[in-house]
Amino acid sequence: MSQVQDYKSRVSDPASRKFETFSYLPAMTDADIRKQVEYIVSKGWNPAVEHTEPQYLMDNYWYMWKLPMFGETDVDTILAECKACHEANPGNHVRLIGYNNFSQSQGASMVIYRGNTK
Amino acid sequence: MAKTYQAGVKEYRATYWEPNYTPKDTDILACFKVTPQPGIDREEVAAAVAAESSTGTWTTVWTDLLTDLSYYKGRAYRIEDVPGSDAEFYAFIAYPIDLFEPGSIVNVFTSLVGNVFGFKALRSIRLEDIRFPVAYLTTCDGPPHGIQVERDIMNKYGRPLLGCTIKPKLGLSAKNYGRAVYEALRGGLDFTKDDENVNSQPFMNWKQRFDFCQEAIEKAERETGERKGHYLNVTAATAEEMIKRAEYAKEIGTPIIMTDYITAGFAAHTSISRFCKENGILLHVHRAMHGVIDRNPHHGIHFRVLAKILRLMGGDHLHSGTVVGKLEGDRTATLGWIDIMREEFVKEDRSRGIFFDQDFAYMPGMIPVASGGIHVWHMPALVNIFGDDSVLQFGGGTLGHPWGNAAGACANRVALEACVKARNEGAELEKEGGNILRAAAEHSPELKIALETWKEIRFEFDTVDKLDVAHK
Repeated sequence: MSQVQDYKSRVSDPASRKFETFSYLPAMTDADIRKQVEYIVSKGWNPAVEHTEPQYLMDNYWYMWKLPMFGETDVDTILAECKACHEANPGNHVRLIGYNNFSQSQGASMVIYRGNTK
Repeated sequence: MAKTYQAGVKEYRATYWEPNYTPKDTDILACFKVTPQPGIDREEVAAAVAAESSTGTWTTVWTDLLTDLSYYKGRAYRIEDVPGSDAEFYAFIAYPIDLFEPGSIVNVFTSLVGNVFGFKALRSIRLEDIRFPVAYLTTCDGPPHGIQVERDIMNKYGRPLLGCTIKPKLGLSAKNYGRAVYEALRGGLDFTKDDENVNSQPFMNWKQRFDFCQEAIEKAERETGERKGHYLNVTAATAEEMIKRAEYAKEIGTPIIMTDYITAGFAAHTSISRFCKENGILLHVHRAMHGVIDRNPHHGIHFRVLAKILRLMGGDHLHSGTVVGKLEGDRTATLGWIDIMREEFVKEDRSRGIFFDQDFAYMPGMIPVASGGIHVWHMPALVNIFGDDSVLQFGGGTLGHPWGNAAGACANRVALEACVKARNEGAELEKEGGNILRAAAEHSPELKIALETWKEIRFEFDTVDKLDVAHK
């Protein structure tokens, strides 16, 4: 049994919480975020930014950062809004969404800046 | 002018073969692959199929003259060669919509695949495809929720969903079973699943299973902060019992239940689907017994038809085959019936085995479920083939992990997310999959061990039921 590893996840530990797509991968770098923004733009989806305090991450409704960026295709403009949201709410999870208005769903949704769970 | 009555046996073709008929937008159309007995010509056989699956019987009866048979009859309107087979041909039949009770797939199938399948003039017959007119489709319930609503309920976006069937299939106590569920969910799966033959056996009563599994779901949600579900199988001996179990599932607040639509029966299944719609519970659908019906390339019903009728009767998930695992299914044909499950409009495409345009109008789509014999090395191909609107289910590939279910689940989740991320970045998954997985394993000891455990497994049996392709 010595080679079997324990799975380290605890109800009592806020750092055990996950936050859906890409939360099982290492935190995203700036280069990673840029590529995902490019993907959302290439799909023709509408980028949007949301954030929440980590303890409320299971709520369906996070705080919208301004409004979704309808029709915005400039990657740097979108990245600047992501960063602005993060800097204004440094302890919060910041989520990047790609709204697909044709399927009435979100084509993409991922936490790009992880909040403070210590 | 009124017809006169003449008793006796008439050739079917006189009444039921109409090569100049143009199908109406409201007709139900069917394509059968037919192997006639030797010596009977094609037109007569096609006409016989039309007759026996609609208004006809073997002899003329006087009461035929009390109705307008020329309106109510099915018509054989086209015959085509089957590529790769001289013994068979395709017969295309059009049925007027009035022949069928609205909203009743039970009734449509009692006609279309009823007596005609035992008809002596045929050596074999297979229903290859069916076109439902929008006028008929709108009388059916359709999926209780559909893909977008399920994503909103489960809060899963931008990736395939991840599941696992709990094993061993039979014999666990309810509490140990719930343990296996909890471990898999806390490790990162979205769903776990009752095996199809888990109903309510002496070793595990359904109610205890529901209770323990629900506790597992709730604890895994508190622990991970993510939405979780377990397909609680409500399939039972009677429709009343199925509804009773579904009521209890609703009472304990579980998000998703399941049925087996063929063994439970279309009527019982449709009742459960309606219950799910009315009560906001997702419905996973298993397809036990489909292999009996759809595997023989000469006789039975093609799976694309079984998938289409389920979309009309109602289901949010349906097993589709994996293309890459241990189960039957040729890749292009699988892509064809995946379209039938998910798309709003499916165009005729013989290269995918699709014989008719099918407009699904406003009917929501179902999520195809790839399950059976797959493991983490299949992930890149699965993500590429199925895309985001799918559930990928790894049973042995989760529970067989050397460190247990949580680690197995985590390995699959890491692999899935690595593939989706790479795909979004422009990688070609089926070419670069190996490197993507190996790179992801550097941050995940769970994935690293999984990659070592399943490296050597291969499933490369030849497909029995292939699409018909030319042989000369």
